[in-house]
Amino acid sequence: MSGIEARCSLPLGSFGLEAEFAAPARGITGLIGPSGSGKTSLLRCVAGLEAKAAGQLTVNGECWQDSARGLFLPPHRRAVGYVFQDAALFPHLGVRGNLEYGWKRVPPQERRQDFEQVVELLGIGPLLDRKPARLSGGERQRVAMGRALLAAPRLLLMDEPLAALDQASKSEILPYLERLHRELAIPVLYVSHSPDEVARLADHLVLLEQGRVVASGELHEMLARLDLSLSHGEQAGVVVDTVVGGHDEPYHLSWLDFPGGRFAVPRVACPPGQPKRLRVHARDVSLSLERHSGTSILNIFPVTVTAIAEDSPAKLLVRLDAAGPPLLAGITKKSGALLGLEPGMSLYAQVKSVALLD
Amino acid sequence: MPLFDPAPIWLTLKLASVTTLVLLLIGTPLAWWLARTTSWLKGPLAAVVALPLVLPPTVIGLYLLVALGPEGPLGQFTLMLGWGTLPFTFPGLVLGSVVYSLPFVVQPLQNAFEAIGERPLEAAATLRAGPLDRFFSVVLPLAKPGFLTAAILGFAHTVGEFGVVLMIGGNIPGVSRVLSVAIYDHVEAMEYGQAHWLAGGLLLFSFLVLLALYAFRPNGQGRAG
Repeated sequence: MSGIEARCSLPLGSFGLEAEFAAPARGITGLIGPSGSGKTSLLRCVAGLEAKAAGQLTVNGECWQDSARGLFLPPHRRAVGYVFQDAALFPHLGVRGNLEYGWKRVPPQERRQDFEQVVELLGIGPLLDRKPARLSGGERQRVAMGRALLAAPRLLLMDEPLAALDQASKSEILPYLERLHRELAIPVLYVSHSPDEVARLADHLVLLEQGRVVASGELHEMLARLDLSLSHGEQAGVVVDTVVGGHDEPYHLSWLDFPGGRFAVPRVACPPGQPKRLRVHARDVSLSLERHSGTSILNIFPVTVTAIAEDSPAKLLVRLDAAGPPLLAGITKKSGALLGLEPGMSLYAQVKSVALLD
Repeated sequence: MPLFDPAPIWLTLKLASVTTLVLLLIGTPLAWWLARTTSWLKGPLAAVVALPLVLPPTVIGLYLLVALGPEGPLGQFTLMLGWGTLPFTFPGLVLGSVVYSLPFVVQPLQNAFEAIGERPLEAAATLRAGPLDRFFSVVLPLAKPGFLTAAILGFAHTVGEFGVVLMIGGNIPGVSRVLSVAIYDHVEAMEYGQAHWLAGGLLLFSFLVLLALYAFRPNGQGRAG
């Protein structure tokens, strides 16, 4: 049995955590939900930091907790790496001392990462002799990730590692997170309240509300589900996986192919054939009955309406099938009425802008 | 009588050193428990530890004298073990000093432990450090300033005690005639010159100890983070 299977109950302030989910053995699973929904508590239960938590937890076939059998491994006996929101580096140790803390406590034959390799992967070589107090927020978070990886985890837990950082530090860290995503063979549970953040990093989502798992599943499908809170609000939107199809040199554009057509985006520095993940926000997609020629919008795709839901008293959210991946469009109710929108209808989606994710 | 008798000074330093050592050994687990427990016993025990701050030393001395005497419960216990009775002996004096100086060691340690918070311990636990390992590799280094304060205060406070010593130690040269008792003696005997020497020395010593305490106290700038 591979992957993570967790069932966990824990009394919390106003409501109890009663969460059950499964996550694949590889890749990043985003635990997402509004603040106060119990994401961090759930992560702490998985790490064994909540001694009062009852339930059952299996990680890649290894049972870490089974309250029915009275089994509860304390955190230091679970092979987890935990990256805290505030990094939680030891102030009395230097960067090297912090990195070596877990590393030294793992028997050499069980070590899974090479010290030098982790230092290189996270770009923390120049920081090794510094004290945590002399690091920037982004550097601290990178050291915390390295420290967690060097403890030879079989499961990496990250609690909003970007939440305490300013925009500049976030952009500094994200490429490292993406590298981890590509190069790590262990599963990651990644807590976040930001759909944009998980859209960029995750493969799988678990949505929490009020201490309950409302839904979980594959990222693309989860982002496009109209019945979930994820698809509502400012950050609503889908992710489209594309491949660089070629470049339009005179206009400095690149073509990104997906089953439903090709996106034109400002020139990317990638050779053809390279995968690219795009974020298409619902607010940037409009609908029309005909393919307009007199428009400045380049990205227009034939789509079919698959579902319609109310987003707010004035707005509708429309799920579209673009010959493969789902798209979401946010339009006003009035426009919906004027177009005579109904499921099954064929029309054109105009995508005003997209965000390149990696 | 010689102009200057160093015996009370040595006895005082010996008493204060042994007392400080004993206090650190029993104060550390006690302070750790007080800092971490959620038990209802926390309040009552903290109050008992703080009692010497409030009670006149003669009260503590009186109770210890009674308890440790041949008729007292602790006295009968020590007699049973074949140790004799403790009052008017050096070990008895150490016991009295330990009780008397307990809050001066336990409270700074407890504050230091509480200031560390849960987070570094949780981080260490997820990095495969067991409870004892966490205590030695995280708590001790982070609480170092607290230990320094506790040791200096425990030592200095023991040097300065008088009432407890007089009650359970009496005034036996080489056994219980510590500095403060010697000064009292000199004053009683109208030997103001010698009293001044000892009193002045104690004043200077205490000032230097407290100066060291405040000078070594980290200002927070270098250690924060």
